[in-house]
Amino acid sequence: MARPLVSIPKSVRRGDIFDIRILIAHPMESGQRRDDSGRAIPREIINRFICTYGGEEVFRAEFFPAIAANPFLTFSVRAVETGMIVMTWTDDLGASQFESAEIIVT
Amino acid sequence: MRRRMLIAGAALLALPPASARATKPEVAAAIRALTGGAPLRQGRIKLDIPLLVENGNAVALSVTVPEAPPEAARIRSIHIFAESNPNPNVINAFFGPRSGRPGLSTRIRLATSQTMIAVAACADGSFWTDSVELLVTLAACLDEV
Amino acid sequence: MRAAALPVLVLVLLLHALPAAAQKRSGYQDAGPQVRAMQDDDAANPGFLWVEQGRAAWQASPPGGPACAACHGEIAAMRGVAARYPAFDPARGVALDLTRRINICRTERQSARPLASEANEMLALTAAIGVESRGMSHRIATDGAMAAVIARGAALFNTRLGQLNLSCAQCHEERAGARLGGAVIPEGHANAYPEYRLEWQTLGSLPRRIRACLTGVRAEPWPAEAPEMLALEAYLAARGEGLAIETPGVRP
Ligand code: HEC
Ligand code: HEC
Repeated sequence: MARPLVSIPKSVRRGDIFDIRILIAHPMESGQRRDDSGRAIPREIINRFICTYGGEEVFRAEFFPAIAANPFLTFSVRAVETGMIVMTWTDDLGASQFESAEIIVT
Repeated sequence: MRRRMLIAGAALLALPPASARATKPEVAAAIRALTGGAPLRQGRIKLDIPLLVENGNAVALSVTVPEAPPEAARIRSIHIFAESNPNPNVINAFFGPRSGRPGLSTRIRLATSQTMIAVAACADGSFWTDSVELLVTLAACLDEV
Repeated sequence: MRAAALPVLVLVLLLHALPAAAQKRSGYQDAGPQVRAMQDDDAANPGFLWVEQGRAAWQASPPGGPACAACHGEIAAMRGVAARYPAFDPARGVALDLTRRINICRTERQSARPLASEANEMLALTAAIGVESRGMSHRIATDGAMAAVIARGAALFNTRLGQLNLSCAQCHEERAGARLGGAVIPEGHANAYPEYRLEWQTLGSLPRRIRACLTGVRAEPWPAEAPEMLALEAYLAARGEGLAIETPGVRP
């Protein structure tokens, strides 16, 4: 599976609000489609996404099949202290992936 | 482009205003489960999605909070519903205290023309909503799956 | 002021209308604002998931031979390559699109198996090589051995096909700009491939796009490997000469 594309600023000023954008490679198979022989293709989506900052949860989401293939998500975080941003997501098969980046707060 | 806008305009005029339409029972029940029956007020959040969707496979959607409420009433979660999708739930998002500006953007699937509803739950126990009625026109060229 | 402005405006509109009719229009211009916005922002364009994967594949050594990078250096050295494909390979005496060209390097120089045109790794490599030519004019050789390939493609483009008995030209030339159901019929150019189609919910090659149109007119589509497909690819590139490469494009 391809790596996700993540945009996070490298450094920000304390108190500033910054955006995190992430694009994840995933088919988000909705469970509504049929294959050529008419059989239903089973649902297989990312259903959970969590972002922590310095170990504390800042953003969490439950995804449903309405989230488009190759999910794209933007949310924001307030700069408090230099620390790790860790994003973790899990799909219907229980497979988890994560991506992390350090944010420097000046 | 102009022509598409005109067609959309005509179709939108034909639809009754959002407030006059009853929310579908399944979505109404999901919202009631969230609010526990507390009143749903217009405002605080803004749902942004094109009124005319050219392709239902990936539609840019965002929810913003134009004016941050006081800390005691901060937005804890935002829930989005697409009334006429096979499963009306779209996303539930939860914001921790370090979240900057509650709100999010994503891309979603829409099965057909319908009403989208966003509901925000605030720390003071109040609930706020915004909704958008939109039109979906799908691509025509046939394709193998 | 107001009186003078009107004739000037009319003149501007006329001048604007004239070259516009003669100019080529990328499918980007026929896509709506939402699709264009997706293509315009590299961080939001899903095609870049494949570009990144292709850049990694470029560096990776397969079991049987050296990495692409070991022979070619940085992928930036591929700038301009996608803009002149399909091209004739004099050593092998055949015309090649980028997919076929990469498969030759895989089989002859990496002892690897050829990849199907829709294989993720192939789409990733063609996207990563293609993006290096972004903004350059698509301009393939049209003389020498390519002339016959392009002529064959032109003949196919003008042949009525399928149960609907329609040629590519009947839609993409005679009816370009008109609507077919919910979609605008574009001029049908080849400058943005591989391309992320919302309909596919994935990246796809130009042969896949052409197959979709063939299926649309109820014709039996050629496989990506067929010489007919290559001829159409070459003709589309020659016909769209001068359009800027947009890889990875986004279309409805
Ligand atoms: C062992 C060395 C070697 C390796 C490994 C190799 N190539 Fe090549 N490649 C060549 C040579 C030599 C040519 C010149 C044309 C020929 O083969 O006749 C070439 C030509 C090309 C061209 C055409 C360039 C042009 O200007 O027309 C492309 C594109 C290409 N290679 C891509 C790749 C990719 C992608 C990989 C990895 C999957 C790869 N190559 C691996 C040696 C290599
Ligand atoms: C019935 C009309 C019709 C016919 C015949 C047809 N196409 Fe298309 N073609 C379309 C439509 C409509 C689209 C755009 C689909 C969309 O965006 O949803 C399209 C898209 C394309 C594109 C994509 C352009 C871009 O910007 O990426 C190419 C290339 C293309 N067609 C090539 C062909 C070729 C080659 C043939 C003949 C084998 C052909 N088409 C036959 C209707 C047609």
